[in-house]
Amino acid sequence: MADTLRPETAVEVLDAVKWAASEETTLEVVGLGSKRGYGRPVEAAHTLDLSALGGITTYEPSELYLSCRAGTPMAEITAAVVEAGQMLAFEPPQATGGTLAGVIACNLSGPRRIMAGAARDHLLGFNAVSGRGEEFKSGGTVVKNVTGFDLSKLMAGSFGTLAVMTDLTIKTLPRPEKVRTVLARWRPDGVYDRAAMKAMSAALGSAHEVSAAAHVPAGLAQRSAVGRVSGPGGGVTGIRVDGPAPSAEHRAGELVGLMREFCTDVETLHSENSGTFWREVSESAYLERDGHQVWCLSVPPSQGAAVAIDILDNLHGEVLYDWGGGLVWMALEARDDAGAEVIRDVVERVGGHATLTEAAADVRDRVPVFHPQPAALSDVARRIKDGFDPKGILNPGRMATVD
Amino acid sequence: MQMPKPDEAVIARRQEIVRAMRDIVPGEGVIDDLDALKTYDCDGLMAYRQPPMIVVLPEDTAQVSAILRYCSENGVKIVPRGAGTGLSGGALPLADAVTVGLTRLSRILDIDFDNRAVVAQPGVTNLAITEAVADAGFYYAPDPSSQIACSIGGNVAENAGGVHCLKYGLTTNNVLGVEMVLMSGEVVRLGGKHLDAGGYDMLGVITGSEGLLGIITEVTVRILRRPATARALLLGFPTVEAGGECVANVIGAGIIPGGMEMMDKPAIHATEAFVGAGYPLDVEALLVVELDGPEVEVDHLIERVEVIAREAGASTIRRNETEEERLAFWSGRKNAFPAIGRITPDYMCMDGTIPRKELANVLARMRELSKKHNLGVANVFHAGDGNLHPLILFDANEPGELERAEKFGADILRLCVEVGGVLTGEHGVGVEKRDLMGVMFTEDDMKQQQRVKCAFDPEHLLNPGKVYPILHRCAELGRLHVHHGQIPFPDIPRF
Repeated sequence: MADTLRPETAVEVLDAVKWAASEETTLEVVGLGSKRGYGRPVEAAHTLDLSALGGITTYEPSELYLSCRAGTPMAEITAAVVEAGQMLAFEPPQATGGTLAGVIACNLSGPRRIMAGAARDHLLGFNAVSGRGEEFKSGGTVVKNVTGFDLSKLMAGSFGTLAVMTDLTIKTLPRPEKVRTVLARWRPDGVYDRAAMKAMSAALGSAHEVSAAAHVPAGLAQRSAVGRVSGPGGGVTGIRVDGPAPSAEHRAGELVGLMREFCTDVETLHSENSGTFWREVSESAYLERDGHQVWCLSVPPSQGAAVAIDILDNLHGEVLYDWGGGLVWMALEARDDAGAEVIRDVVERVGGHATLTEAAADVRDRVPVFHPQPAALSDVARRIKDGFDPKGILNPGRMATVD
Repeated sequence: MQMPKPDEAVIARRQEIVRAMRDIVPGEGVIDDLDALKTYDCDGLMAYRQPPMIVVLPEDTAQVSAILRYCSENGVKIVPRGAGTGLSGGALPLADAVTVGLTRLSRILDIDFDNRAVVAQPGVTNLAITEAVADAGFYYAPDPSSQIACSIGGNVAENAGGVHCLKYGLTTNNVLGVEMVLMSGEVVRLGGKHLDAGGYDMLGVITGSEGLLGIITEVTVRILRRPATARALLLGFPTVEAGGECVANVIGAGIIPGGMEMMDKPAIHATEAFVGAGYPLDVEALLVVELDGPEVEVDHLIERVEVIAREAGASTIRRNETEEERLAFWSGRKNAFPAIGRITPDYMCMDGTIPRKELANVLARMRELSKKHNLGVANVFHAGDGNLHPLILFDANEPGELERAEKFGADILRLCVEVGGVLTGEHGVGVEKRDLMGVMFTEDDMKQQQRVKCAFDPEHLLNPGKVYPILHRCAELGRLHVHHGQIPFPDIPRF
């Protein structure tokens, strides 16, 4: 019978995993369950529910770190850092909610990733229980730390397949005083994806410390709640800068000039509209999800439009670009094979990887959700998995290529 | 320092191994002359020396692959070496190992401004990357003080830092991809010009793995546009506490400077005598705070930092008016190591990180330790991120002083861990801090790290004797100790 274990302390997590290891029975590791649909479906005998293992244990804004139990909801973390005038600089998408450990385990980062690094760059240290039923820790509370292998990187993006994190320490940073988004509004009469890539590349190659750059093509932009995004009827390219008030104003002004070299209609979004726009981007809220499967492609930024156009020549759907073109969100009409072969062929030609982030469970079961690795790498990955979880008791099947 | 016992059987086969290496690397790339080998007997940690069995200097990835395949098949150990500037003995040779030097892989392969990336071979120096893109206004942010000599491959192996880490991150935050040869000889690519390679983040683990997991043969780094302006403040404080308070308050005010460096009195005096930077000599702590960005931002922030410094009790506040003056502020800090070298026959450079708030406490306790061990100490400090570089002054020709300096150093690092910090911020563990790993990690912590090592190098042929004090065999590490029985927590809520 699949039952749920709901430990309230790290010691109880240790007991639970030890027991599962000794019985060679499998565990699905969940926080609030918000990301269950991401990755391959897990079939496990028991659920290890960490939602009762919550709470911020230490938050020292002047030391720029926060430590908490694994099951602490993102909402609680966000509230605490906002109150202290800080932020998680990797801008985790807020819509899915969930726990901090879940965000880290899936290595989810928002638009700010291009400037501030990914979720994985913000995990300073952790305590965990391996699939062997052993407690271990890595890292610490300071940013500058090269003591031993950086297992934090390995935990981020491992989807709970290596160890069950019980405590995490993440880096926090001051929240910028002012935010401005320079908005290039393209004419409604055509496709400007390639021009947008060039414009974003120019902005990112400027000295203005651009904190986000996204392109929303025509049709999708019209789904925005921000009137100045949806109104004119064409696609929009957003370039965000932030910092102390005089600086944000200055940078935005300079970027308006730069964007005018590419597009005639350029204006600036201020705090609230800017916030809404980037929330929509980070949640890829513009995509038509009904009857569609969602892919997330990571490619060299200058290749974003070429990759998407190539794929859309073969498959029906729509596209949204973040990370200056380097992150390509695609919603494609649902198919049994999810178009995986076409997509991965195109991506491999330019270098990168493609993840099927949203699809029905039976499709995610059949189609490799994560980009298949060459044999030499998948062999190493398997041996890493064996080193942490030799009996394969943690989230079996979630990453497919390794478990 | 106890190193793994050399394998006499391998040493006996030295000539045969030399021949095999010459088949792979023709010309002068294989060094077996005993005098020539002495050139390679240490890295930047010069207290430990051991001539290598053989040095091989491959010229391309295929040669690196063939070397590793041969050594893997023949049970020969490998010590990877970049420019040899590492400060923790990560490239210390072994008597029964082939040292593989990567200096001949020294070409920049691709400069891609559209994707803001540079692809370089591992032997390219850190500074050469910046120089290659400087004309276009770009630079590579991590800037270890050895940047003129240290190689980018070594930077990745050590996860090198520098004075700009606080704002721009360490090497790990600036590397996009690598090509790497596994001990088996297999060549793999991790990452590229795109972000966040799929699957387990091996790129993240490789970075800072100190040559224990593979040999890097190509690196892709991100480059940034140089900020429009940079201005610096030189701040002097009557007490270390006041300097520490200023650092904490700058960060607390939400300001992340491009660089924020501190020196204590002995370091100020030594550097002033050496370069004449114009540092005040009547202060206990000196801060150099640099703000970079557009002029309006820099002017705005420098104003705020000045106010914070004044409130913290700064007795000297100077702003650079010219670029020459800014460079002069930095000249003392950047020459601190050679400056200290002038006032002492030998010095040992430590590298712990502490929470910023513990700065004054740690420096006070370090003064007590200095008395206890009867050795001087000068401190330079990446204050912004809490990374201390205490320089212990000693004379290796005085009997017992090296040992005392080592004990003093170990006490300092224990102190760093005790106050919530770590053993090494940017220099690496190598052999230098290897035997202190137990201060920070439990046996289980280290075993779990070594299981990662086993996934890459199951026979422990790559750089053995570094980082981990005890080398457990992989078979032993893999064994699972199971505790059968009833579910031992009847109180856990279940549904």
